[in-house]
Amino acid sequence: MYALLWRALPGPAWVRVILLVLLAAAVVLVCFEWVFPAIADYMPFNEQTVG
Amino acid sequence: MTGARRSAPRPSLALRITGVIGELMITAGVLLGLFVVWQLWWTDVTAGRIQAQTLADLGWEEPAETVPAVDGLPTGDPPVMAEVPVGEVFATLLVPRFGGDYEVPIVNGVDKRTILDTGNIGHYPETAMPGGLGNFALAAHRTTYSKPFNQIADLQPGDPIIVRTADTWYVYEATESLVVMPSQVEVIAPVPGLMPGEEIPELTERYITLTSCHPMFSARERFITHGVFKYWMPVSAGSPAELTASEGGQ
Repeated sequence: MYALLWRALPGPAWVRVILLVLLAAAVVLVCFEWVFPAIADYMPFNEQTVG
Repeated sequence: MTGARRSAPRPSLALRITGVIGELMITAGVLLGLFVVWQLWWTDVTAGRIQAQTLADLGWEEPAETVPAVDGLPTGDPPVMAEVPVGEVFATLLVPRFGGDYEVPIVNGVDKRTILDTGNIGHYPETAMPGGLGNFALAAHRTTYSKPFNQIADLQPGDPIIVRTADTWYVYEATESLVVMPSQVEVIAPVPGLMPGEEIPELTERYITLTSCHPMFSARERFITHGVFKYWMPVSAGSPAELTASEGGQ
């Protein structure tokens, strides 16, 4: 899976490493900004109220 | 180099499938780890920023450090503000036990996404307002989103719990803490312990109630701290003795 990604990326190895780091950063950003807040609403440990 | 790899024998199908499954599981593990980092650390950072901004936006006058003499304190009933619309900041909470610089905005409403997740303490709508007869009931996060009630279990009977509005201090005193089930709404009743459906007697006491999750990192139960009203004073008269004492003592 990741081997395919590695082969699909253009350029020499150092360019691919930089691209992968950028990709990883983008994934973290998307998770932190949108995915995790949406999931957190369904997590039971965030309930503070009675009733 | 690439040529050498091409000429290598292709791994069997089973091996390739195992490899993909393994990579998926590693990815899932990393994502779950990221979620924990986000929940326990990043929500603190972002909610803390919003909380600081909320406090700054209030623009309330800085109270004088002077402590009025005990016999100079007002003796009449405290002024009680009308309930503000849901979502509006109307007070701050100061608890010396939580630290000398602890001050967190109180917003009307207990909606998770818009109020509690932005680092605020939420006020259960339709419970009493600060200083009011009945129960001034609050909720806040204990482990995440800047965790305003992180140290709720450290409160001892007699600890001051201080509420500030734009121009009034309300000083309460913690009386007891208990652990209840999430469905036990009687803890925020006008008289704590009064069951739903029971007739509300004529109110004579002014309570404060803090609610948060329990055990930490779980929501199986709720941690509750009750307190009773001690006295009030206008902000223009200075600061409550409980606040200045804590700064000197800690």
